[in-house]
Amino acid sequence: MSNELKLLSTKVTAGTMTRREFMSKAAALGVTAAVASTMLADAAYAAGPVKGGTFRMGIQGGESTNSQDPATWSSDVPIAGGYVWGETLVYPGPNGLEPKVAESWEGSNEAKTWRFKIREGITFSNGAAVTAEDVLATMQRHSNEDSKSGALGIMKGIGSMRADGDVFELSLAVGNADLPFLMSDYHLIIQPNGGFDDPAAAIGTGLYTLETDEPGVRMTFKKNPNHWAANEMGHYDTVELIALNDATARTAALQSGQIDSMSRVEPKIAKLLGRAPNIELQTTSGRGHYVFIAHVDTAPFDNNELRLALKHALNRQEMVDKILQGFGSIGNDTPINEAYPLFDDTIPQRSFDLEKAAAHYKASGHDGSPIILRTADGAFPGAVDAAALFQQTCQAAGIPLEIKREPNDGYWDNVWNVQPYCASYWSGRPVQDQMYSSAYLSTADWNDTRWKRPEFDAMLLEARAELDEGKRKEIYSKMGRMLNEEGGVMVPMFNDFVDAISTEVQGWETNPNGAQMYWHAFAKTWKA
Amino acid sequence: MHPILKLVAQRLSLGILLLFAASALLFGLTEILPGDAAQAQLGQSATPENLANLREEMGLNRPALTRYAEWIGGILTGDMGNALSNKLPIGEQIGKRLGATMFLAFWAALISVPVAILLGLVAVRYLNRWPDKVISGSTLAAISLPEFMIAYILIFVFAVKLGWAPSFANVPPDMRLLEKLHSISLPIAVLTMVVLAHMMRMTRAAILSVMQSAYIETAELKGLSSFEVIRRHAFPNAVAPIVNVVMINLAYLVVGVVVVETVFAYPGMGQYLVDAVVKRDVPVVLTSGIIFSAVYIILNMIADIVSILSNPRLRHPK
Amino acid sequence: MRIPLSALIGLSITSVYFFCAIFASWVAPYGMAETVGDVWEPSRLGFLLGTAPEGTVDAQYWLGTDQIGRDLLTRIIYGGQTTILIATTATILSFTTGSILGFFAAVSGGWVDQALSRFVDLVMSIPSLILALVILSAIDVTVVTLIVLMGLLDSTRVFRLARAVAVDISVMEFVEAARLRGEKIAWIIFREILPNALSPLIAEMGLRFIFMVLFISTLSFLGIGVQPPMADWGGIVKENKDGINFGISAALYPAVAIATLAISVNLVADWVLNRTTSLKGGRS
Repeated sequence: MSNELKLLSTKVTAGTMTRREFMSKAAALGVTAAVASTMLADAAYAAGPVKGGTFRMGIQGGESTNSQDPATWSSDVPIAGGYVWGETLVYPGPNGLEPKVAESWEGSNEAKTWRFKIREGITFSNGAAVTAEDVLATMQRHSNEDSKSGALGIMKGIGSMRADGDVFELSLAVGNADLPFLMSDYHLIIQPNGGFDDPAAAIGTGLYTLETDEPGVRMTFKKNPNHWAANEMGHYDTVELIALNDATARTAALQSGQIDSMSRVEPKIAKLLGRAPNIELQTTSGRGHYVFIAHVDTAPFDNNELRLALKHALNRQEMVDKILQGFGSIGNDTPINEAYPLFDDTIPQRSFDLEKAAAHYKASGHDGSPIILRTADGAFPGAVDAAALFQQTCQAAGIPLEIKREPNDGYWDNVWNVQPYCASYWSGRPVQDQMYSSAYLSTADWNDTRWKRPEFDAMLLEARAELDEGKRKEIYSKMGRMLNEEGGVMVPMFNDFVDAISTEVQGWETNPNGAQMYWHAFAKTWKA
Repeated sequence: MHPILKLVAQRLSLGILLLFAASALLFGLTEILPGDAAQAQLGQSATPENLANLREEMGLNRPALTRYAEWIGGILTGDMGNALSNKLPIGEQIGKRLGATMFLAFWAALISVPVAILLGLVAVRYLNRWPDKVISGSTLAAISLPEFMIAYILIFVFAVKLGWAPSFANVPPDMRLLEKLHSISLPIAVLTMVVLAHMMRMTRAAILSVMQSAYIETAELKGLSSFEVIRRHAFPNAVAPIVNVVMINLAYLVVGVVVVETVFAYPGMGQYLVDAVVKRDVPVVLTSGIIFSAVYIILNMIADIVSILSNPRLRHPK
Repeated sequence: MRIPLSALIGLSITSVYFFCAIFASWVAPYGMAETVGDVWEPSRLGFLLGTAPEGTVDAQYWLGTDQIGRDLLTRIIYGGQTTILIATTATILSFTTGSILGFFAAVSGGWVDQALSRFVDLVMSIPSLILALVILSAIDVTVVTLIVLMGLLDSTRVFRLARAVAVDISVMEFVEAARLRGEKIAWIIFREILPNALSPLIAEMGLRFIFMVLFISTLSFLGIGVQPPMADWGGIVKENKDGINFGISAALYPAVAIATLAISVNLVADWVLNRTTSLKGGRS
């Protein structure tokens, strides 16, 4: 049976059979869609990538205020564009870190010293050779005293840095086994002289070079023939990124064949879009999660009974079904899920239990005054609807939850990390250490639940320097259980990345770090 | 000095004063907005350190009046400065965006203004008969749908189903004119439908109101055909309100097309200004704001002058 | 008095809409925010008209359900309440302020006219959508602030029209005569100008009402309109717009509601316009 299918799958690749026919044939033979899909991808791989053509991505999140300076990036279009013209030292691929500007790396001295060997003979798109000094300057620009970089938060705690021949060396005060992951942050694109001369010049070591740039509209790129992996990756001649912020417009552009790939398919139309001819849905379960966050040091949320009451009143499954239309999974009041390395799946799942919620609420002795949950359309997609569902279940448990919708504009300045209880989202980090350090360390700038526990901090530092994976997993498990029981973070759901591509696009693989194969669809796919 | 020239001079000097007033008003409004450009740029990844550094670099620590004075100084010397957010020269960016906006507005106006006036005349000629009813009814229906709805329906039919026109407007500078027109055919259609009805209805109403005058009756008694009456006697006297509404709609085509730009991902001024408001990029808000104001003031001046020229009583004030 | 058929149609549709708006909680089959079914269930209307997708046996909801499974008919009835309330009051506010000030400016002339006109120019010279965006992101958005903001912003448009019309009238002989008689400004405005300026104003009023409806829709489209779970018609269109590309008609019903209301209001306006014109000119 499987041989027959394999034969058929090559027919699809050769173009003598449609994908649809193949899938129905596979179903008739009792093969699940997922398996059949993999077989197709394998067949396409076996046939080998086709060179040439243009890859056009329609992406949400581009503004006319965008810059090519990596330090300023926070929305999707500039980030995606950055990965086309530039590279970081290392990149979080689907199976762990991939070498980019750094050819190899190693840690020593209990993970306190890290040495990155710069790839030999590579050049920037302006022809200059890439040196360890360039890397050093890049890291300095993002971490020095007058840095305006969005990466400043994660660069804290790095002791000293130096260039040593073709090696870039970092020293830390406290060991960190996950340090290479920090170097994969999208802000840390390696630039000539670190971008001190002209931060927005868009000169990097990427597979393509920037041709035209209209902020908030489009970017076009041309293949860089001098790239170190120009033969294995970057099959297209040209790449276009188009900022399409309106979801309906983005969908229409894909349906009418004006783009080959789109990010952020609205969950409510995902299934309809998947049924359209010539369009394929690509979902990736990732680490991004939607949260309701309470400050554990502010009344009434300083009372763990009340927090537990709210946690039990969350109908997580309903939210996954209604807000995500099933494109996601339920959360368990920790920011960690199975997409993380060293995840402990034995932590018991918090139940939706109105009786328990009512009991905890009674035990909290709350005076019955309204508990205000702030939300906004922009807090996460469907945040207002999710809050409304939460309010209904709270009401059933006798908890007086009240919703206040705040304007999108200014939400991240005036509500998030300021008000004691609000809706928000986290896009996740490649490793547990980075997620916890970003938001759950006492001293973290983004400690948006005011979670300040010395014993938690101690465990985090211990795990960071621990090189034995078994032991690290144990420590992370303890931390997870602690947050689950006492934390201020309520995680109803982890959202999938939902992309849609034209069926012409081959060689797609999922990457849990983000949408569009974590912005590397341009590098690894091709058009049949 | 000729009274009309005097008026133009008066209006122009007033207009310049108005521009300053508008920029001051806009500046005041952006100052009361919560948050600033540094916070807007860093968003969720702000830390106290990088926020302070960015504020320092953007010059946001200086008093509001200093910043405003600097901007005014720059404008007066012809230097629009750079955007706070991406440091690109504002003049160059606005040049491109304004060009795109004007291109779209020009073609939409070229189609909608003559059609609106013609339809208005036809409607009056066949007042209360079926052409009038069909014209009034269909223009009303067009105007009553929200812009984005019209846009989505047109996209669904002409881009997704029929594949005749592109669903988003892509106009790189090196594109040929015909290709550009094809590319923006759907936005032009939407804008035409949006402004047509307003102009057509005002034309109809204005001519109708003139038609009640005694001299029209005289003209009719002279035995002129009804179209001649409208063309020679009613229309010239209805010019003032018609020009007025045409100018309002032309201004709308330039400054009010944010929604159409969003839906068709068209790189015009509206989206530029909205992004700048959201990102608190005050110099961009101010500069694009006064450009909008200038467009508006000039169009209005034209409307006023035309109404004065068209009314002998106003032309020769006592 | 004989009411023409078109006006009769206009009047009856308008009154049905206003009736539903006023008595929404009695007319609507479900609660405003109540989820009753699945996402985008087919409509019974579509089934009866034969436009439903093949294989649909019958549908429970007249207009189907919306993007999160609420009854669409109910949403439209409540949405109509919001839309009609805001649009009507804002139009009234805009017309009273705009036309009175416009007439006043025209009749007074001189510096009063200059001051008022330039002030209006100042406000109008900043695009109203941008003004609304800026102001609404700085203040609390409630139905009242929306009405006041929209009414005042729109009154500048009415001002210009009213003034333009009134300037033409104020140089007529009968106004001169009234002035020479020593009539007060208010008398001139209400007795001489208003009756003669009524027809273009009424024609405009119908349109301004639609523009109000569209303005709230646009604000909702940009995410700064009325607070959820309340919605106006434009907001419902927006919530359901993603279905359009897949032939789901949920977004069409509120759009049709807006269009029919607009047409009916204007049919009524046309009729009033004809009546006023025939009253004074003697032409039939």
